[in-house]
Amino acid sequence: MSVSVKRVSQAADALAHLTEISTQIEAAVVLDREGGVQAATIDDERAGRIARAALELFRQADAQREQELVQLDAALADGSVFVVRDAERLIAATTGTGPTAGLVFYDLKSALRGLAAPKPKPKPRTRRAPAKRASTTRKKADEST
Amino acid sequence: MRARKALVVGAAIGSAVGAVALRRRAGRSRDRVELYFDDGSLVTLAQGSSEAVPLLLHARELLAAARG
Repeated sequence: MSVSVKRVSQAADALAHLTEISTQIEAAVVLDREGGVQAATIDDERAGRIARAALELFRQADAQREQELVQLDAALADGSVFVVRDAERLIAATTGTGPTAGLVFYDLKSALRGLAAPKPKPKPRTRRAPAKRASTTRKKADEST
Repeated sequence: MRARKALVVGAAIGSAVGAVALRRRAGRSRDRVELYFDDGSLVTLAQGSSEAVPLLLHARELLAAARG
């Protein structure tokens, strides 16, 4: 339970960062490979609809060729749709018309990479040995000689 | 005579520029899907092809959902 909450929180952080750095992206949803929404920049109802449409779009597109599909974009008259996947999840995003596709893909892949990589843990502080002990050991060593 | 010649040349240039602009606009407004595969290949499915129809349908659903 705590793990999934942590993942959802990480996904929300990644999307917040994504919308901050990319001015082209209007809406974005992170979903697992079964279509479950992990995070979204929009409300739950619309996020669910986007997740279902994105999963179906990706599955049908993947079935087009023998090779495995890694990303797609659909350019429509009133906007564009992007879907990118990694081993665990997909990210779907929408933009206005005529986006810079390469940049959008780059930002989406960076967001996915950020989710896949575990955050580095802070290093534990090392304690210094008390000075008294060192002198005691030396004393004992002196006694033994 | 010179004015007439200039009018003809102007009309020819204008129609050529207009044709290029119209063609560009038509090309841009045409819906399409681009698929990127893990071997680096790219497949473009343009509106009108049987493969593109279901994909564009889902893409439109997705865009409509995003915009409420």
